[in-house]
Amino acid sequence: MTAAVLPALSNQSALPAAFQASEVNYQAVMPLLIVFATALVGVLVEAFVARERRQRVQVTVAVVGLVAATVSIYWASSNIGLTMGLSDGATNRSLFALAIDGPALFLQGAILLMGILGVLTMAERLGGVGPDAFTPSGASTPGSPVETAATRAGALTSEVFPLTVFAIFGMMLFPTTNDLIGMFVALEVLSLPLYILTGLARRRRLLSQEASLKYFLLGAFSSAFFLFGTALLYGYAGSVYFGDLSAAISTAPLAMNGLLLPGSFLVFVGLLFKVGAVPFHAWTPDVYQGAPTPVTGFMAACTKAAAFGAILRLAYVGLDTARWEWSNALVIVALLTMVVGSVLSVTQTDMKRLLAYSSIAHAGFILVGVLAFDRTGVGAVLFYIVAYGFSTIAAFAIVSLVRQNGAEATHLSQWAGLGKNHPVAASAFAFLMLAFAGIPLTSGFVSKFAVFSAAVGAGATGTVLAVVGVLCSAITVFVYARVIVLMFFSEAPAEKVEVVTPSAMTTFSIAIGTLTTLALGVVPASLLDLADRASQFVR
Amino acid sequence: MTAMSTVPWLTILGLIPLVGALFVAFVPGSAETAKRMALGFSLVTLVIGIIAATQFDVSSSAQFQLGEQHSWIPQFGVSYALGVDGIALVLILMALVLTPICLLAAWHDVPEEVGPRGGQRAKTYFALLLVLETFMVGVFAATDVFLFYVFFEAMLIPVYFLIGRFGGARRQYAAMKFLLFSLAGGLVMLVAVIALYLQGPGGTDGFLIERLTGLSIDPTTERLLFVGFFLAFAVKAPMVPFHTWLPDAATESTPATATLLVGVLDKVGTFGMIRFCLQLFPEASQWATPVVVVLAVISVIYGALLAIGQTDMMRLISYTSVSHFGFIVLGIFAFTSVGQGGSTLYMVNHGFSTAALFLFAAMLVRRHNSNSKRIGDYGGWQRVTPALAGIFLVAGLSGLALPGLSSFVSEFLVLVGSFSTQPVATVIATSGIILAALYILLMFNRVMTGPKPEELVAEGVTVDEGWRKSSGGTTVRDLTTRDKLVAAPLIAAFVVLGFLPNIALNFINPAVDKTLSYVQQAIPSLNPAGTAAEGSSK
Repeated sequence: MTAAVLPALSNQSALPAAFQASEVNYQAVMPLLIVFATALVGVLVEAFVARERRQRVQVTVAVVGLVAATVSIYWASSNIGLTMGLSDGATNRSLFALAIDGPALFLQGAILLMGILGVLTMAERLGGVGPDAFTPSGASTPGSPVETAATRAGALTSEVFPLTVFAIFGMMLFPTTNDLIGMFVALEVLSLPLYILTGLARRRRLLSQEASLKYFLLGAFSSAFFLFGTALLYGYAGSVYFGDLSAAISTAPLAMNGLLLPGSFLVFVGLLFKVGAVPFHAWTPDVYQGAPTPVTGFMAACTKAAAFGAILRLAYVGLDTARWEWSNALVIVALLTMVVGSVLSVTQTDMKRLLAYSSIAHAGFILVGVLAFDRTGVGAVLFYIVAYGFSTIAAFAIVSLVRQNGAEATHLSQWAGLGKNHPVAASAFAFLMLAFAGIPLTSGFVSKFAVFSAAVGAGATGTVLAVVGVLCSAITVFVYARVIVLMFFSEAPAEKVEVVTPSAMTTFSIAIGTLTTLALGVVPASLLDLADRASQFVR
Repeated sequence: MTAMSTVPWLTILGLIPLVGALFVAFVPGSAETAKRMALGFSLVTLVIGIIAATQFDVSSSAQFQLGEQHSWIPQFGVSYALGVDGIALVLILMALVLTPICLLAAWHDVPEEVGPRGGQRAKTYFALLLVLETFMVGVFAATDVFLFYVFFEAMLIPVYFLIGRFGGARRQYAAMKFLLFSLAGGLVMLVAVIALYLQGPGGTDGFLIERLTGLSIDPTTERLLFVGFFLAFAVKAPMVPFHTWLPDAATESTPATATLLVGVLDKVGTFGMIRFCLQLFPEASQWATPVVVVLAVISVIYGALLAIGQTDMMRLISYTSVSHFGFIVLGIFAFTSVGQGGSTLYMVNHGFSTAALFLFAAMLVRRHNSNSKRIGDYGGWQRVTPALAGIFLVAGLSGLALPGLSSFVSEFLVLVGSFSTQPVATVIATSGIILAALYILLMFNRVMTGPKPEELVAEGVTVDEGWRKSSGGTTVRDLTTRDKLVAAPLIAAFVVLGFLPNIALNFINPAVDKTLSYVQQAIPSLNPAGTAAEGSSK
């Protein structure tokens, strides 16, 4: 290392004397602070509230906190366009930068609303003492003495609520940060609780433990990729702040591209892993299948929203000036994601795996919108995230209610003839399937139309992507139609499969998810308008 | 320009069946009450449809009337815009007439099951048929390309459930095949719809047909867009080689579903060719004509040959439709006003004659002791059910375009209109008429004539509870009152439109001429040679 390469280090006086906090506009970060406080309160509740009241108090705290945060977004939105962060004193570089802009606040609101529905489905007790889907001792074997002892000792599972709220905090932070380090912190904050939640399934424990371990290991790898990419980009631009990065790309000499290209690639790998894009999708089916079903729904909706927010910010703010260097790679990823997701969903026999591959295909469709590289693309992606999230939470909530002998009946053959005995649940699920398939008058159609029209408007590459997307949609239609065929056109199996009657909370989640899917299909104008107005990033 | 209407007639027409469907499906009560309610709603829709038609100014039937326009999704440039010209109006009226007839014919399609909710299946069936009526009105009335696409695709869902839940043994396969064929075509069209908007002026109402007409699009793009739209319509219509879903869907579904599917829904394909392919992409339509005409002629001959070879009555009837759609497409792509007017009239007539063939054949099947659809299982039935044999013959003759019945007029117009621009194709297609006589008369011959089927009458097995009561379960009954109510309006339509085709042509011709004028504006060299022939045919 010579002084020429690292001038900052060679000259001690240029090092910052102390980091100085910049002015914090508390109104603008109020949603984040409320959610973080809620999570901390949840931890205290876990420690101090009496056992028999803990579950109820935890759910109340979580829901009230999330609702309050949602409401506070209204005031935060008066600060749109604000950026803030730590500065190192010597230069005007921001080190931990928050951007309060349209996409950030829109996604915060979306994650909060979907998070509320997710918490409500997780709280489903089905007459038991604790949440039905979770076990108090995730590491034990089902029915083992360890678990019995834990249950006898009165161990509860109410810690899932603070964990979920922590995850929601990370998810909200993820699309709000305007620098790579902040993004990494948010990534970890959202991921760690999810790794734990994934392993807490009460039934089919081995699958759950396997899923948790797999998710953790692969997630750790992807975080490492992200961090390594961050290091390379820091080496390239001398800053992790997106604004500096973008500016450095337009001025730095071509010879430095040896750092820029692998850096961008690795950072994208970390983010694409979180949305389950091919070839970084391998964890998705296993984790979706193994995790407790309400957690799967929550993850599918909210993680995707957060990660796509981060991808948008990276693509439109941080690395926008280097677009020609990486956009072709992203196009290939999008193509692969759509094709692999839709083709592999055809052969699935487990409902949760089927929905997992469907979520991979949807990630591909959303990437098509990301690759439009204009405001309509951003608006389309934001709309798609909300539309898909609400549908998917409702879909997984319904999956969690279909039971055989008390355990979830996730094998497709168990769903045969469901429409005859449980017409309401089956009709709602069929409707959600039609939405995933993108049939008009559902939100799925409007969102697909939005991303594909943005892509076609972007030029020839976009048109190719849209055509492939449309063909993949046709493939997925077969998958969803097959589920409908099973539920409505086939005879029920000999062993009885029933839809258990849920509490008001799950019913509420399913109803809201389904009605949103219908409403966004019939009258999407107001949300489209909101998404469009929220599609401007700040640096 | 669309002439706006103070009363939202078309929205009302679409809403009544939808509201009816909700009532039929969810109001508790016996299935019988629900069926009556469904019939009532469809009849009210028909009456209002006729009242709306009286508000339609025939003298300017070339322009969209009874219009409504509201902003729907301004971000995409989508309006909720409805309006009908002469072509759309006659097709909507045909759908409105056919729906109550089908409901009546479908009365015993879904048997009531035992149990407290035993009537629910029948209720769902009737509700779905009403939902379908809503979409049929919408798809013909939409004057916004996006709205048309929404109806075009959404329509598939009730049909999918109608086939898959209430059809025959292979209904799952047929429903899936239908859905996949239609959606594959539709999704290709979706890309074209998006690209078309980007070619147009854009804005918050950029999807209106009038905004997208007469654009100057670069020829390659225009051709690609044309292909995108045409594929969807060719699957729908159905033309060879995209026709294979139709026989399965029509055979496996109930007769009422098959009637609405072939009689009305498939017309959306040919309607779309006139409204979208020709009007929006005149130059590309001209470019594609040779291929389309060849496919149309193949459809005519190949459909007819396949029909002759069928052993299943319903399959035979659906292949005749493939042949008839060949004629319709030939007339459309002849680019003469006589040919296109004939094609449009053909769409209406074919709706009625297919309905008659499907529904009358279904009456026969219901009376058979094993409900067989195989032609070979019949013979001599005119001695058992003479009246049914009679109306079956009339329906068949209408199918083979006997002079005096309505199909003759339209087939003649199509051939006359096409001869001036596509003489070779027309000559070949004309042989389709002879084949039509073969497949219809051979079927009639095998089913109706011959010695009396003694064993059937002796057994006297019927499936219809109503008959069993009234006949004491001893004989196969001839036409019931309900059957007569189904048959009468259809046969009346054959005769009236056969002798007075101008009732419909007055609505159709100005609209057709307008479509052709778009083509002429784009291609001045094209001289509609049909003008001379027009006088002679009327």
